[in-house]
Amino acid sequence: MAIIEQDTTNPGFKWIGTRPIRPDGYEKVTGKARFGADMMLPGQLEGAVLRSPHAHARIVSIDTSEAETMPGVKAIVTGADFPDLKEAGAGAADVDLAVNIIARDKVLYEGHVVAAVAADTRKQAQAASKAIKVDYEVLPHVLTVDQAMAPGAPILHPGTRTKNVEPAPEEDSNVVSRVVQQLGDIDAGLAAADVIVERTFTTKPVHQGYIEPHAAVADALPSGRVHVWCSSQGHFAMRTMTSTVLGCDPTRIKVTPAEIGGGFGGKLVIYLEPLAARLSQKTGRPVRIVMNRDEVFKGTGPASGTKITVKIGATNDGKLTACKSELFYEAGAFAGSPVGAATMTMIAPYQFENLLLEGYDVLVNKPKVAAYRAPGAPMAAYAVESVIDEICQKIGMDPIELRLKNASVEGSQAAYGPKFPKIGYVETLEAIKNHPNYQIPLGPNQGRGVASGFWFNAGMNSSATVHLNEDGNVTVVVGSPDIGGSRASMALMAAETFGIDVARVQPFIGDTETVGFNDVTGGSRTTLATGQAVTEACEKVKADLMARAAKTWNCDVSEVEWVDGQVQKLDGSEPPLSMAKLARGWGRTGGPVSATASLNARGVGSAFSTQVCDVEVDPETGVVRVLRYLTAQDAGRAIHPSYVEGQFQGGVVQGIGWALNEEYVHTEKGTMDNPSFLDYRIPVASDLPMIDTIIVEVPNPGHPWGVRGVGEVGIVPPLAAVANAVSNATGCRLTDLPMSPMRVLDALNQKSNGGNGH
Amino acid sequence: MSRTHVTCTINGDEVEFLCEDDTTLLDALRDEVGLTGSKEGCGTGDCGACSVILDGALTCACLVFAPEVDGGTVVTVEGIADGNQLHPLQQTFLEGAALQCGVCTPGFLVAAKALLDENPHPTETEVRYALAGNLCRCTGYDKIIRAVLAAADYNGSEG
Repeated sequence: MAIIEQDTTNPGFKWIGTRPIRPDGYEKVTGKARFGADMMLPGQLEGAVLRSPHAHARIVSIDTSEAETMPGVKAIVTGADFPDLKEAGAGAADVDLAVNIIARDKVLYEGHVVAAVAADTRKQAQAASKAIKVDYEVLPHVLTVDQAMAPGAPILHPGTRTKNVEPAPEEDSNVVSRVVQQLGDIDAGLAAADVIVERTFTTKPVHQGYIEPHAAVADALPSGRVHVWCSSQGHFAMRTMTSTVLGCDPTRIKVTPAEIGGGFGGKLVIYLEPLAARLSQKTGRPVRIVMNRDEVFKGTGPASGTKITVKIGATNDGKLTACKSELFYEAGAFAGSPVGAATMTMIAPYQFENLLLEGYDVLVNKPKVAAYRAPGAPMAAYAVESVIDEICQKIGMDPIELRLKNASVEGSQAAYGPKFPKIGYVETLEAIKNHPNYQIPLGPNQGRGVASGFWFNAGMNSSATVHLNEDGNVTVVVGSPDIGGSRASMALMAAETFGIDVARVQPFIGDTETVGFNDVTGGSRTTLATGQAVTEACEKVKADLMARAAKTWNCDVSEVEWVDGQVQKLDGSEPPLSMAKLARGWGRTGGPVSATASLNARGVGSAFSTQVCDVEVDPETGVVRVLRYLTAQDAGRAIHPSYVEGQFQGGVVQGIGWALNEEYVHTEKGTMDNPSFLDYRIPVASDLPMIDTIIVEVPNPGHPWGVRGVGEVGIVPPLAAVANAVSNATGCRLTDLPMSPMRVLDALNQKSNGGNGH
Repeated sequence: MSRTHVTCTINGDEVEFLCEDDTTLLDALRDEVGLTGSKEGCGTGDCGACSVILDGALTCACLVFAPEVDGGTVVTVEGIADGNQLHPLQQTFLEGAALQCGVCTPGFLVAAKALLDENPHPTETEVRYALAGNLCRCTGYDKIIRAVLAAADYNGSEG
């Protein structure tokens, strides 16, 4: 079929770089795959959750007496059913986690959980949850960083004093902390510039928008053990967090991963699991809770809304001399926005000698933010890349040329500390520059925008076990949920290591008791880190099989070698022993063959992407249409190129949505005004062109196959790439996202009235 | 509350179930009939993850009350293959990597089948508009559109 192209960039590999059908694909195209909400156990009860209608209120009392008598109701839990971690001396992050799961004395955002009900049917549970009487004392709220930092603003968490400011503050604040990245002399750097551009940008909270709402099933046993089924980005992390909130040891809980219907960072945290577990403990029955979309928007983590000022200086010949920035990120109702990551990534593509980047983590009465694909980076890149684009306009330099002139390369000092190892940023710039898309002439009302982005790869902990089966084929057990094709990449790395057909490898995602500990699927780490564990476990199996063959042949292991799935004697004096033959004879050589590798991943790479976007702006309606889009990203080594392209494309389109459509709209009361996919509009197929991709491969020297994580950086450049294209098309610099038709029209009108369009 | 008896044809089989009058077809399929391939992504007809073909028309199962399908014919994702012989769309989705997490995939397959049943050789633009009621957050739609166009090529080779 025409849509499948054989990859020819890796002639040295037999399986890596090919595009086989993913092992779990058949279940997913036939409706057999079981996602979070698809679990059904005998005797299962259904849950429903009561959530706060107020953005900020004191809970005076909760009366569940009437609800408890309603038909089918089996149990109700409130905050009083969970341990008070603050009293128990737990750390602030654990206390926040527990209070975010279910409110205690205060609700801190609309959608904050107040109670949960288990009943025979979902409708009964919902009816009972509505019959719970909660007496609230409504408190004033803050929705934006400006409101939160205003003098006299209501304080979300009394006792909060801003960390890392001098002198130490003596008053409570909604600003949790300040982070700083500093290099060189900012004043000297700005003084050396011929041109300085300074602008302030704002972005709204956006949701990860996974199509599968959160769901959890819990089944508690009289022994105290709890079995949880849920879709998440890491079932070991779900186990740890659930045990924290319940106040028990993690190993009292077993978590079996369901298929996960999208996460993008939003399923790294728990929401329903402890509620279902406590309800199950109270009833002795399995309990399932499934969110609806309204609950997903109001009760789970969006990405931060932000306000960012960037000031960049450059010489007339395009050398960047200094960058000064102040970033304010909404944390939601609990500390922990990704503003630190923003300051670490925002200027990483460039060699700046002089920097002063200050970030602030600000509490507001909205849901606690969660990670969203390269968390924190896209908004900061939007600000930096927009200002750099304006500098290019001012000095009349091509945006790729300016980036090439200042690009980070191997050995460049990254603002966050290390010097870069071998990286492929320049190669992404060259790939865009040399692609036909970059030369296509533009028509009236059309514009072209370029932007780049950087994101880390995480390493962290992974385990994998490889079993040789009695037929000579292998099973690969990992503990990293497969969110977008990782079973396929694990199978390919195992096939390459053994030199066997990928169809002989069966990957499997084990629960928390069938595979060693694994950190989450996040941070672009799964193919990189879990891939290392798989490769190492396969190597151990190979070494074992070579030793057994040597034993069979009464020779030293140095006299045998591994070739294409079989062991050969170097002198050719014996016929080779295939994996199947070795499996059949394992009773004589020591028994079945398995190996486990558990490791903290080494050789973490860095991911860079450069993108070019062409748009057409309708001057009458303000609608921006993306005409064509090209992304070039360094994948190090593409294990399954189709799923690498898929990561690039998915990140880009989420970024286009962020740039053009998506935002949380709040009423003055602090409630969300658009909690549905009708009113919170993510991109649909008819909004978009094909998303053209270039896989750049500058192998990561620290990884056995050269892999770099590919999942996240694709969402970093699009906000700016689209904004720069709009600027190029209209002559207006839009500094507030999303660039909805109304905002674009406003800018066009201001420009025609003599302003500069912002 | 008394429950309503519903008889209909689902994926070629005559099926009977009991439900309340305000049970959606989606909940009946998932909870009463045991077909969990159709997914609830929104419950308001905005995401298309519950797409079924009801009496020949593409429909969001979350927007139909189950008693309304009494006497009707429903095709879900579980019914688009011929036994273990995949529908061309299922095959091209697999070969073209047109799914990542896979939760929207059942709805896309049903919606794309409804399109190709009516228009065996759509243009890219026609595919994009026909699938505009189905949300995918993982793929950016590129590979989905290509897979549907590739399945349409199957139609060409057959006829």
